[in-house]
Amino acid sequence: MLEIGQKQLELLERLTNASAVSGDEGAVRKIVLEEVTPHSDQVQVDAMGNVLVTCRGDANADGERLKVMLAAHMDEVGFMVTSDEKKGLYRFSCVGGIDPRQLVGKSLWVGSDRVPGVIGAKPIHLTKREERENAISLDSLRIDIGPESDSKIKVGDTATFATKFARLGKSIRAKALDDRFGVATLIELVKHAPQNIDLLAAFTVQEEVGLRGAGVAAYTFNPDLGFALDCTHARDFLPWDEEDENASYNTRLGAGPAIYVADARTLSDPRLITHLVSTAQDLEIPYQLRQPGGGGTDAGAIHRQRAGVPSVTVSVPARYLHTAASLARLADWEAALALMHAALSRLTPDILESERSYCG
Amino acid sequence: MINTLEFLKVLISAPGLSGFEGPVSQIISEAWEPITDELQTSRVGSLQGLQRGIGPEPRPKILLATHMDAIGLMVAGYAGDCLRITSIGGVDHRVLPGQLVTVHGREEFPGLVAQPPANLLPVENGKKPVVIGHLLVDVGLTAEELREKVRVGDLISFAQEPLEMGKNTLAGHSLDNRASVVALTLALEDLRERSHAWDVWAVATVQEEETMAGAMTSAFGLRPDLTVAIDVTFAEGPGAPSHLAYPLGKGITLGWGSTVHPALYAKFKEIAQELEIPFALEPLPGRSGTDADALQISAMGVPTMVLSIPLRYMHTPVEMVGIKDIKRIGRLLAEFIAHLPLDFMETLTWDE
Amino acid sequence: MKALIKKFVQIPGPSGYESQIRDVVRAAVEPYADEVIVDALGNLIVRKGEKGPDGLRVMLSAHLDEIGVIATHVDKNGFIRFTKVGGVFPAYCVGGHVRFLNGTQGVIGLERKKGDIKLPTLEKLYIDVGATSPDDCPVGVGDMAVFEREYMELGSRIVTKALDDRIGVVVLVEALRQLSESGVTSPHELYFVFSAQEEVGTRGAGTSAYRINPDVGLSVDVTTTGDTPKGSKMEVRLGGGPAVKVRDGGMLADPRVVEWMVSTAKAHEIPYQLEILLGGSTDARAIQVTRAGVPAGCLSVPCRYVHSPSEMVDFGDVQHSIQLMVALLSASIPQL
Repeated sequence: MLEIGQKQLELLERLTNASAVSGDEGAVRKIVLEEVTPHSDQVQVDAMGNVLVTCRGDANADGERLKVMLAAHMDEVGFMVTSDEKKGLYRFSCVGGIDPRQLVGKSLWVGSDRVPGVIGAKPIHLTKREERENAISLDSLRIDIGPESDSKIKVGDTATFATKFARLGKSIRAKALDDRFGVATLIELVKHAPQNIDLLAAFTVQEEVGLRGAGVAAYTFNPDLGFALDCTHARDFLPWDEEDENASYNTRLGAGPAIYVADARTLSDPRLITHLVSTAQDLEIPYQLRQPGGGGTDAGAIHRQRAGVPSVTVSVPARYLHTAASLARLADWEAALALMHAALSRLTPDILESERSYCG
Repeated sequence: MINTLEFLKVLISAPGLSGFEGPVSQIISEAWEPITDELQTSRVGSLQGLQRGIGPEPRPKILLATHMDAIGLMVAGYAGDCLRITSIGGVDHRVLPGQLVTVHGREEFPGLVAQPPANLLPVENGKKPVVIGHLLVDVGLTAEELREKVRVGDLISFAQEPLEMGKNTLAGHSLDNRASVVALTLALEDLRERSHAWDVWAVATVQEEETMAGAMTSAFGLRPDLTVAIDVTFAEGPGAPSHLAYPLGKGITLGWGSTVHPALYAKFKEIAQELEIPFALEPLPGRSGTDADALQISAMGVPTMVLSIPLRYMHTPVEMVGIKDIKRIGRLLAEFIAHLPLDFMETLTWDE
Repeated sequence: MKALIKKFVQIPGPSGYESQIRDVVRAAVEPYADEVIVDALGNLIVRKGEKGPDGLRVMLSAHLDEIGVIATHVDKNGFIRFTKVGGVFPAYCVGGHVRFLNGTQGVIGLERKKGDIKLPTLEKLYIDVGATSPDDCPVGVGDMAVFEREYMELGSRIVTKALDDRIGVVVLVEALRQLSESGVTSPHELYFVFSAQEEVGTRGAGTSAYRINPDVGLSVDVTTTGDTPKGSKMEVRLGGGPAVKVRDGGMLADPRVVEWMVSTAKAHEIPYQLEILLGGSTDARAIQVTRAGVPAGCLSVPCRYVHSPSEMVDFGDVQHSIQLMVALLSASIPQL
């Protein structure tokens, strides 16, 4: 089984420390290309910046091989500078979904030179109590790069939270675990591509602004099956009232990779759900089912391409997604990698012999 | 050669609501016929005109998209001798009361949008703006005549006449996006007089204001190597502050963001500077809100550019545009295409 | 035919899990089909006939899936929390009966605080299957259920759950049967698509249209009416005949398709109505933007109380809808 060692952690660190806002994925694309090129039969960067990697397998006795597409998105949520207000102050917009309450008092890396910037807030001394009951409006926030700025950044530059990767015992704290976990996992799978399938790895762009890269990648690949590798919320806290039960945790840390039955964009193919669950059970790999509803992954775009692609998502659970610092358990990532590698290795063309059905 | 202002006035006076672009398509077709090698209509009604390039086959293709559909209203039902209405495209209902309109029924019926008196509205409405479901259109017919001559689904367009505000500014409805159609026509005329290596597909797309069905399907059908969407953007003025908008008539915008390929932006910027065309970088953080959003993700993906003309009071019957900006787009497009080398796609890389 | 309607609506088939109803429909259409396939998303695609000199490739679509609910959590006392599959109105849920795909039945309950008269939200609802803990609960996270309500006839009106869109399925099945048994050969190559996953975003229609690449597309679905007390103001009413859709929340019907439908109805003296639906859409919207575009429209069966367990159609409208569909498919289409 594939494992997470020092090399994999260093790769994850490089990936999460890199800044790649939707539409501006270059920094991550560079790392991906360095890592996968020696291990691929074909590498291509398409019109939108997706990295499309082909690892051909060996033909089976009948000469058939399943074409299996895996997708992990390179982009993270972040910001774009929209207006120069002079004196080092800039208006900005969010790129992708970010709760405005997560922005205040944070430091950012701005532009390709990673100029340090801050999103400040009024000193508490100057606020009134009633004022502090209301969220600070996005419109009133600014990126400040200081008065000695001399135009180091421009309108159109992107920015991310300035959070550096850290190991916290058995946990990892970093920005952009969504979806650098997926990217790191996919890189490992490319390096250890199972020989029974054609592994079509898509490191996609612009997932956070509408699953835009994945659909195009799936159209190009025209695969038989699709897997999205993503990162999903773990909201596994104790409720405020001890009598209550947390019924909307989505996933839990420490419970293993999350297999999706349904999110807002995809009803996973039951044949693939069954395949993943039975692989996990057979090999005693921990797994959980993500609570149905809400959210979306690249599978949402993949499964609707051309004449349709049976698809499913497997995600690493993490807390505090789309904020400055997310937190996850190393063991969950390791189990995700193990599950995916094993599940891919066990795929045969038979999986598509039966029709998409309720199997219960 | 067309006269920019006159052609624009003709275009905005022709009905062409989303899904029903026939009348304006006809006019554009007549204007494009002498300046294209081939003219065809897509399966959903987009007008596609080809100017062949002189490069050897197989020639690369560029698709220039300007949506020809405009927003307006549609008959939803009857209320006595008046009509109930719904919108086509994004219409702010607050703009409607008292507007002069034309109902395209069995004949063309001039009319107006009526805000019913307070006693005939739900009591909770108070002095709030009346939602479109409660507004009526009155064409002065009797209830029986109305049922005979107007059907559910008939279209209603704004009847505001074009207004020349000085030599360089025009106000009226449907300047979004007929202004861009004019710009594209100017570019085609210009290119007709010069040689260009690439095939140029000029597409007046349908349904941008509702579904982007035109852009999606034309890009899939034509499989261009590059696409450019030309649309309008916000001009500075009441309700549009300077950090979200651009001066009226003083320059165009070049889009920048996830929908735009950075190498295309760089090339357009270079040419705009050479031609001394005033322009601004327009940040497009998520999507562009134009045909480009559909064009970019068609089939295997297409490098895309967004060019925009600043427009005041967008989506009202009194939109306002600077004529010079229309001409600027025309020149910029023509120059870009005239100098587009056959091997441009090979130079279009990411990052390095 | 009423027996067919009653049979089809009772078979559970929520979005993504349509196989049971698909099998029953397949058995019903197989005698008349030249080719039957099931694609990657579970669409049932039935081809009939070849394209004659005057003919087109015509795609018809009615969706197999119905709205439902999916279990998200089983609490420590065996109560099941859920979220929706498709457009489920919480107000229609309270006190409702559901049946999970594994056969388990349950009732939907509502958290209630004293004096709480606001409309319920999904978070305040739960399903009670009679379990007392997660251990004796026959339902787990991810299990799907559909609403249950008995079939009733009230004069010429039929009331039951899932008329959206099993009634459309019946219209197509009956049209196919009548075309086959009448001896009239359609000039067209016909594709009858019984689509999957419409209620969650017309997902099946898009992929099946891509495969078929039709010249024209027509969906058959339900639409709401404007004829109930203080209801929405729509010109469509029950008993007024099939509705020809002009536009809905996701699509502008191709005017040529609208004209095809209206002129055919007039020529055969079939009553019809013109429809504008403000919310909601149908498979036609996905068909229209497939590949290089497809002229598309929709034949709607007027229906009250859509997305409730007691949807109501008029049997006369259903018969006229079938009649119109047969007429549409029997002759060439001069508008296209």
